[in-house]
Amino acid sequence: MPQGAGPAGLDAQGICAWFGRTQVLDDVTLSVPPAMVTALIGPSGCGKSTFLRILNRMHESTEGAQMAGEVYLSGEDIYGPGHRLTDVRKQIGMVFQKPNPFPSMSIADNVTAGLGLTNTKVSRSAKVALVEECLTRAGLWSEVKDRLDRPGAALSGGQQQRLCIARSLAVRPKVLLMDEPCSALDPTSTRRIEDTIAELKDEVTIVIVTHNMQQAVRVSQRAAFFLAEPGTPGGIVEQGTTVDLFEHPQDPRTSDYVNGRFG
Amino acid sequence: MTATVDLLPPATPPSEPRQPRRLSSGLQPSDRIFHGGVTSIGMVVLALTGAIGLFLGYQSIPTLHHYGLRFFTQTQWLPQLDKIGIAAVLVGTVEVALVAMVVAFPLALMFALFITDYAPKRMKSWLISTVDLMAAVPSIIYGLWGFFLLQPHAINLARWLSQYFGWFPLFHVDTDPNAAVWQQSRYTSSAFIAGLAVSMMAIPLACAIMRGVFDQAPLGEREAAMALGGTRFGVARTVVLPFAKGGVIGGTMLALGRALGETAAVLIIISPAYAIKPRVLEAGTQTTSALIAGNFGNATKSQLSALLTAGFVLFLITLAVNSVAAVFIRRSRSGTGTEI
Repeated sequence: MPQGAGPAGLDAQGICAWFGRTQVLDDVTLSVPPAMVTALIGPSGCGKSTFLRILNRMHESTEGAQMAGEVYLSGEDIYGPGHRLTDVRKQIGMVFQKPNPFPSMSIADNVTAGLGLTNTKVSRSAKVALVEECLTRAGLWSEVKDRLDRPGAALSGGQQQRLCIARSLAVRPKVLLMDEPCSALDPTSTRRIEDTIAELKDEVTIVIVTHNMQQAVRVSQRAAFFLAEPGTPGGIVEQGTTVDLFEHPQDPRTSDYVNGRFG
Repeated sequence: MTATVDLLPPATPPSEPRQPRRLSSGLQPSDRIFHGGVTSIGMVVLALTGAIGLFLGYQSIPTLHHYGLRFFTQTQWLPQLDKIGIAAVLVGTVEVALVAMVVAFPLALMFALFITDYAPKRMKSWLISTVDLMAAVPSIIYGLWGFFLLQPHAINLARWLSQYFGWFPLFHVDTDPNAAVWQQSRYTSSAFIAGLAVSMMAIPLACAIMRGVFDQAPLGEREAAMALGGTRFGVARTVVLPFAKGGVIGGTMLALGRALGETAAVLIIISPAYAIKPRVLEAGTQTTSALIAGNFGNATKSQLSALLTAGFVLFLITLAVNSVAAVFIRRSRSGTGTEI
């Protein structure tokens, strides 16, 4: 079995980000407590997704992308020397906006794809158990248990997204980052994913970027509001518990945003 | 409500089944002219290829009439004795092309993967133009390179192969590889060395097509593999290669088509031998295109017809190989995406 991990907190300190010469984030500091759901909200283009991609070092895979600052996972800087990129991404998983199962693989092989990618050897019986466990945790098991050898691409969009969640869980991440995981899905599928998030939060720390403020209220315990004034890089205006942020915002801009006056 | 209904034309029950409507394209005159222009140019290409095939086919009639099926079973090419056939030549053609592909396939695959997935961006464009430049080198240059520079070294490899793998018919050479003074001339001018030179011409073609399909591997799937902790090789194995399978096969077959027809380099390197033999390391072989190039200068009318018949057979083979390649390349882009 892959290492048992348990949820861990993330601590981002003074994060700045650039694409080429354009700075998109300036001095963002955010603490993500373990075993909770933290929502990143804010209008389009304010750097939420960039910030999320910095948390598992996906940002640097983009051509011309640079960053500054530190991200601590269990007290260690994931950008520090001696940290392998692949290990970091294994510990901090990611679910993308558009479901992206591997189309040439079966449902079961999709779930265990991370094992092959990280050269983790497990026995056949352990694999079978892992497939069932991860699909169950992602809320997909009952729908696909009779067709595990069918291609993953044959599922509906919402099922594909839950398959992607199961695939991320199979490498036992401590943190799971979700980049607008429901924006390509219909309301029923969205609800299923939100249920899955609620069930997962005790086992893995979740950071979710969402445009949907009702969704942030439904799934998260903590929230951070990102904003980029025209012509300036984005940053966090306000952060705190989701209840405080939505019901007693301290900053007028937060108040305007959560009450739907812009964005 | 009723008023609206009354305004509609009276519903006549359809007496016959409805036919699809004919739609006019409504093209602008400039569009029409351009459309006509590109269509006719496209037709010219088709007509040219068809005309070449027809010409070759027409020229083959006397030979096929005279020799019949013997033309395909006879190994000798002795017009003086009225013994003409392409059995040995076809085998030689395939041998040279296969040697070329065995060398070119892994190199092209790795070059292409390095360019798309490993090379730093600045190096990338530089590498692409270098590989493309390989395609621009005239084949006669590769022939000279193969003969003067490659051959003196390649015969050592050929000897080594026959020393250790001589029990395998392909690598057997009819001489003692362990002799103190080994017979170098038994290893020169072989299908193996000609194939090495031809592979230099097959690599850029295969590489360009593979690179094209590797680049099209969906970013979403690449990122998914990376986010699971995949190494670059893991991403290539999990996402890029499965996605590009059709393109890899197609590109290889296009390069094979190129290798089958290669003339100048082969003509320089090989010494003609008209016998069906699997021993690719051994001196002497013959390919269809080298046969034509080497003999048509002093050919009589009937010999010319025989050479053109050999050319017709080669034309049909490469046409078949390229068509199969086209099918693979076309298929590789459909059905693999994850559009929802």
